[in-house]
Amino acid sequence: MTRATLQRWLDDKGWPAFLIGLPYLWLVVFFLLPFLVVVVMSVATKTTTAPPFSLGGEHPWISLDTYARILTDGLYLRAFLTSLVNAAIATFFCLLIGYPVALGLTRVSHSWRNILLMLVILPFWTSFLLRVYAWMGLMGKTSWFNVMLTDAWNFLVPIDWAVRSIPMMHSNFAVILVMVYTYLPFMILPLYASLERLDPTLDEAAMDLGSRPARVFLDVTLPQSIPGIIAGGMLVFIPAAGELVIPTLVGDAGSPMIGRLISDEFSQAKDWPMAAAIAVALLVLMVGPTMIYSRYQAKAEGST
Amino acid sequence: MKRRPTFLISVMIFGFAFFYIPILSMIVYSFNASRLATVWGGFSTKWYVALFTNDKVIDALILSLKIALVSATISTILGTMSGIVLARYTKFRGRTLFSGLVTAPLIMPEVITGISLLIFFILLGNWIGWPASRGFTTITLAHITFSAVFVTTIVHARMLQADRAIEEAAMDLGSRPWQVMFDITLPVISPAILSGWLLAFTISLDDVVITAFTTGPGSTTLPLLIWSKVKLGVTPDINALATLMVVTVGLGVVAAGIIMNRAEKRRQAEERLAFQRND
Repeated sequence: MTRATLQRWLDDKGWPAFLIGLPYLWLVVFFLLPFLVVVVMSVATKTTTAPPFSLGGEHPWISLDTYARILTDGLYLRAFLTSLVNAAIATFFCLLIGYPVALGLTRVSHSWRNILLMLVILPFWTSFLLRVYAWMGLMGKTSWFNVMLTDAWNFLVPIDWAVRSIPMMHSNFAVILVMVYTYLPFMILPLYASLERLDPTLDEAAMDLGSRPARVFLDVTLPQSIPGIIAGGMLVFIPAAGELVIPTLVGDAGSPMIGRLISDEFSQAKDWPMAAAIAVALLVLMVGPTMIYSRYQAKAEGST
Repeated sequence: MKRRPTFLISVMIFGFAFFYIPILSMIVYSFNASRLATVWGGFSTKWYVALFTNDKVIDALILSLKIALVSATISTILGTMSGIVLARYTKFRGRTLFSGLVTAPLIMPEVITGISLLIFFILLGNWIGWPASRGFTTITLAHITFSAVFVTTIVHARMLQADRAIEEAAMDLGSRPWQVMFDITLPVISPAILSGWLLAFTISLDDVVITAFTTGPGSTTLPLLIWSKVKLGVTPDINALATLMVVTVGLGVVAAGIIMNRAEKRRQAEERLAFQRND
């Protein structure tokens, strides 16, 4: 009898508790807790002890000093602005290139489609760092790519404007270019998913009713793909705004992006509370885009 | 489709050229004899030879593979559990927080995840003496955490498609819940688990930012080694290393894609056959 009760309890309560509890506990310990530590850290006071912060005692329990500095010091505001603008421009160009590619993918034959989709996904699996590195090779002053662009530029413009090489590295241009390059698959895949499900007979109906192809696109295809555009856009914008690797390798040290600033405040300035406060501020800024993303992602996948 | 959409085709050609020209250029220059990474000085394989005799590179590769193996396996177990939970247990106390916790790491900028784990590990070490130093263990714990949520996403998506009736039939026939899971659920979603493991393995093998924050002295993974050299500029030996990695992973992905595609086709054919027999 007790054995049967125990077994019932195990089946009804014990097993679900194990399935839910183990991953739950893991994420609470290794994700939620560290994150809460950061939130608390952001209101602590920087000290010269080890670890370099203090909370309570001779310092206030809650110091909003860090947040005040973010709002008043031009360095932080500029970094936020640079990040958001760079991410927005990168998102725009991803859309500009990604949309026609995704639309093209839905129009090619089935066997081609599988091969091309594979080619879109492949960079996902190859090292992110090495994809950034590949562009460092292309953008350098003596690379064939830069030489080619320089020659084209010198050929096209009057002689006074001629340059010896095009300064691509260590600029916001380089950051945006490499972000477009590395994040383009994030744009193409959701767009493809939403475009693929469109009913081609709608296009044909509009065509039969006398619409020109450009009109059909604007009136029929584009409105229906807006959830895909927004989902893909957020999927590029959110990680691009917090990017660290790309601005560190190809960016302009004079106008740092927010990810690099967090890392520098932490590792070089040893100002943990400041790094934590910038991190919290970045997350607060990303709440809006994230909510928009989760709303449209479901629509783009067609579940609602 | 009979019409030739010239505009679409030209953008696609541009798009794929944009994708692959930098990588192809890197591959070509890895065979460059010149020390200057961007000036062609004839064909040579000397950078590959230098790579294979460089102990630092070999050690970093071994460490990366060890971390990737352990973290991919544990994160696949955790991720599969939470993927099943998300799809099958729709009501339990704290479910909202749970589903938040399995999506938040996907959106969290890596630099924040990295810093929060580093601060956490340092404070924990001060309070309870563990982890005493950072290295293999802390990197692996960090990798498990963020790759588990990717596995969760894949398994969750597959679970939503899986036919629940088979599980219910097994329950009705008297199977205990874990028997149902091991005999029915896991075999049905095994392709998703496999792709989850592969993704977790690749993510771990590839990660720079979170690893950079959770590592300690003496624990240099391959991406960290590359990161420290790449910060100083383009070098021919990194070109060679990059080529080996890109080609290995590329071939692996293509092979896995072909195998999975075939398995999926066979499964569909068998399902069709089974339904025909039932008619």
